[in-house]
Amino acid sequence: MFSNFDFDVIRRSLPYLFLDGMTFTLTLTALSAVGGLVFGTALALMRLSGFKLLGRIAGLYVDLMRSLPLVLVIFWFYFLVPYIGQWLTGASRPIRVGAFTSSLVTFIMFEAAYFSEIMRAGIQSISKGQPAAASALGLTYSQSMRYIVLPQAFRNMLPVLLTQTIVLFQDTSLVYVLSIPDFLGAASKVAQRDGRLVEMYLFAAAVYFVISSLASYGVRRLQARIAIVR
Amino acid sequence: MKYNWNWHIFFEPSPNGTGNYLDMLLSGLVLTIETALLAWIIALVIGTIVGVMRTLPSKTASAIGFCYVEFFRNIPLLVQLFLWFFVLPELLPRSAGLWLKQMPNAPFWTASIGVGLFMSVRVAEQLRAGIGSLPRGQKMAATALGLTTTQAYRYVLLPIAFRVILPPLTSEFLSTIKNTSVAITIGLIELTGQARAMQEFSFQVFEAFTAATVLYLLINLVVVIGMRLLERQVAIPGYISGK
Amino acid sequence: MRHWRMIACTLAIAGCAGQAGAQELTGTLKNIKETGAITLGYRESSTPFSYLDDGQKPVGYAMDICYKIVDAVKKELKLDKLEVKLNPVSSSARIPLMANGTIDLECGSTTNNADRLKQVAFTNTHFLTATRFVSKKSSKLGSIDDLKGKPVASTSGTTNIKQLTETNAARNLGINIIPAKEHAESFLLVETDRAVAAVLDDILLASFVAGSKDPDAYVISSDAFSKPEPYGIMLRKDDPAFKKVVDAATAALYTSGEGQKVYDKWFLQKIPPKGLNLNVPIGAELKNTFEKPSDSPDPDSYK
Repeated sequence: MFSNFDFDVIRRSLPYLFLDGMTFTLTLTALSAVGGLVFGTALALMRLSGFKLLGRIAGLYVDLMRSLPLVLVIFWFYFLVPYIGQWLTGASRPIRVGAFTSSLVTFIMFEAAYFSEIMRAGIQSISKGQPAAASALGLTYSQSMRYIVLPQAFRNMLPVLLTQTIVLFQDTSLVYVLSIPDFLGAASKVAQRDGRLVEMYLFAAAVYFVISSLASYGVRRLQARIAIVR
Repeated sequence: MKYNWNWHIFFEPSPNGTGNYLDMLLSGLVLTIETALLAWIIALVIGTIVGVMRTLPSKTASAIGFCYVEFFRNIPLLVQLFLWFFVLPELLPRSAGLWLKQMPNAPFWTASIGVGLFMSVRVAEQLRAGIGSLPRGQKMAATALGLTTTQAYRYVLLPIAFRVILPPLTSEFLSTIKNTSVAITIGLIELTGQARAMQEFSFQVFEAFTAATVLYLLINLVVVIGMRLLERQVAIPGYISGK
Repeated sequence: MRHWRMIACTLAIAGCAGQAGAQELTGTLKNIKETGAITLGYRESSTPFSYLDDGQKPVGYAMDICYKIVDAVKKELKLDKLEVKLNPVSSSARIPLMANGTIDLECGSTTNNADRLKQVAFTNTHFLTATRFVSKKSSKLGSIDDLKGKPVASTSGTTNIKQLTETNAARNLGINIIPAKEHAESFLLVETDRAVAAVLDDILLASFVAGSKDPDAYVISSDAFSKPEPYGIMLRKDDPAFKKVVDAATAALYTSGEGQKVYDKWFLQKIPPKGLNLNVPIGAELKNTFEKPSDSPDPDSYK
C-alpha cells in the first residue's frame, strides 16, 4: 500500500518545513509560554490578592477565555489586535501587526488563562500558615509572595506548567486557519501544491508525535526527581 | 478609520435562502451540540475501556492502554483530523476509500469520531486517576466477597470512580464542545464556522464573532449548571462530594 | 547646560518641521512614510495571480503589478528605501485584514464588486473571469442543475461560494457545499473524490486542471454562475490619496503596453514551479480595459 508513495517530496521540502515552519512553531511556543506565564501569574495574583474588584476582573477574564474555542479566539485576535494597538497608542488608524506578532498576542492572552489556573492551584497548595508566618515576620504581601510562596508553588506546579506548554506546542498548529506558515501550515502548503497529502500529513503527525512524546517523557522524569526532593 | 457596527445584521437575510444570519448561527450551534454529544459518547465509552485497561494487573492490557494514550495525546487534534479525513481513505482499498469519502455528512462523522478519540484519552486519564485514588481496600473487599474482576469494576470501582471524577469530566466535556470547532478545517460548518461564514458574507466581523462568543458562553453555562445538578443527584452521602 | 537646552530646542523644531511635512500625507501613505515599509497580502494558491513558487516565495501576475505599485509609491514619497513586507492571506481573512491595517495592498484574485466596495476599495481591473465549476469527465456533469444533491467544494470567503450558496437556494438544488480554506484545497477535494465538483473562477480552475497529474480527466463547465467579473488589487477604503497613487501607477502600467508584457509572462509563457504554460491569450474585454483602465465593479461596463 506504500507503493505509490513519494517520500522524496518530504526530503525535498525538509529545509522549508524545519527552517521556516518548525522555527516559527517553536519560537511561537517558547515566547507564548514565557508571556503566558508572566501574564498568567499576574492574573493568579489578582485573583488571590484579596482585592474583590481585581479578583473579579481576573476571574471573568479567565472564565471567558476558558469558555471559548481557541479557533474562535485566534480569529478574534487576528482581526482585533491592530485596533487594540490603535487604542493603546492613540494612533489615528489601526496599527500594522504582522502575522507572528498577532499569533503571539493571541496565544499569550489565551494561555495566560490556563496558566493562571495552574498557578492559582499551585499557590493554594502552600499551606496558609506560611504566608501567615511571613506576615508575622513583617514581610509585605509582595515580599511574602516573592520569597516564600511563589518559589515553593512554582516547584509544585512546574510539571503541570510544562505539560501545558506541550499542549500549547500542539495548539500552535491551529494558526493553520489563518494561512500562517507554521510547521503544519508549511507541510500543508507543500501537500496541496504537490498533491501529496498522505505523505506530508503522516510526516507532520510523526514529527509532532516524536517531539511531544520526548517532551512528556522529560516532564515525567522531572516530576519523579522533584517528587523525591519533596 | 472606524469600524462600522451594525447590530441589525443578524436580522438581514443570509445568502443561503433559509432565513437570516441569526438562523445561520443557530444552525451552527445545533451542529456544534450534535457533534459534541456524539464525540462525548465515543470519548466516554472508549475512555472507560482504556482507563480501566490501564489499571488492570495485566501488563499487556496496561501497555496497550499506555500506547493508545501516548498516540492520541502527542499529536495535535488538527493533525489527527487531517489523518482521518485526508489520509485514511487513501490508505484503504479504493472502493472502501471512495465509500468513506462520498458518505453524506463526511465532515460530521469524521469530526465526531476524531474529536471523540482525542477526548477519550483525557477521559481515560481522568478515570485512571479516579480509580487510583480509591482506597485499595475497596478492590480487596470486592475480591474477598467473591466478585470477579469484571464484577468488581462494574459494581464497586467504576460507580465510585465516576463520581469522584465528575467535576473534571465536566471540564473535559466543555473541552469536547470547544474542540469541535477545530473541525472547520475539514469543512464542518459548526458555530465558529457559521460565524466565519457570516463574516465573509456580511463583512461584519466583530458582530459575527460576538454572537458566537455569547452562544459559547451560554452552552458553557448550561453544561456547568446541568453537571452541578447531576453531581448533586449522584452524590453519596458522607462520601467525596456528598454533603 | 545651556547648549543642552539649545540641542533640545533644535530637536523640537526639527520634530515640528518633520511633522508639518508629514501632515500633508494622510492614511496609508503617511503610514508607509513613517514606517518605511509597505505590506503586501499574497495568496497561497491563486495561480497564476499570486501563489507560492518552489522556494515558497509568493510570485505571480498580481504580485508583479503590486511591485510596480510599490515602485510608484516609493517615488511618490521620495524614499530611498522601501521595505516590502509579505503577509499571507486567505480568501476568508483578506477583507478584515485590509480593514484592520495588517496589509496595505492585496495582490491576488479578488473580485471587485459593489458589496465589497462598502468595505474596501479596488484599483484598476487586471483580469476578468466568471464563476464556473470543474468536475471529472467520468462523473458526466454538464450543467449546474446536474450538481443537485451532490457534494460540491468551493473556497470560503469568495464570491464563488456566495454565488453557489445563492444558486443552491434559488434553484432548490440541495447541494452539499463543502467550504475549503484555499483554492488548491477546493480542487484537491475534487481530485480525491471528496466532492464531485469545485466552484471557482474559471481562470483558477484552468490553471489547476493544467497543473494536475492528469489534465485530461477534468472538464470545466460552460454553464457559469456569473458574468465575467473584474479582478482588482484591493486597497483600504476612504483613502483617496493612496488610491490616486495606486490608480495612476496601474493605469500607466496597463496603457503603456508593459501591462501586456506582464500578462504574457504569466499567461503565455512557462511559469514556476513546474514550467507550465497556461496559454490563455488576453481577452478582448481585458484588452479594452488595458487601453481605458477602469475600476468599475460592474461586469457590464467591460463589454
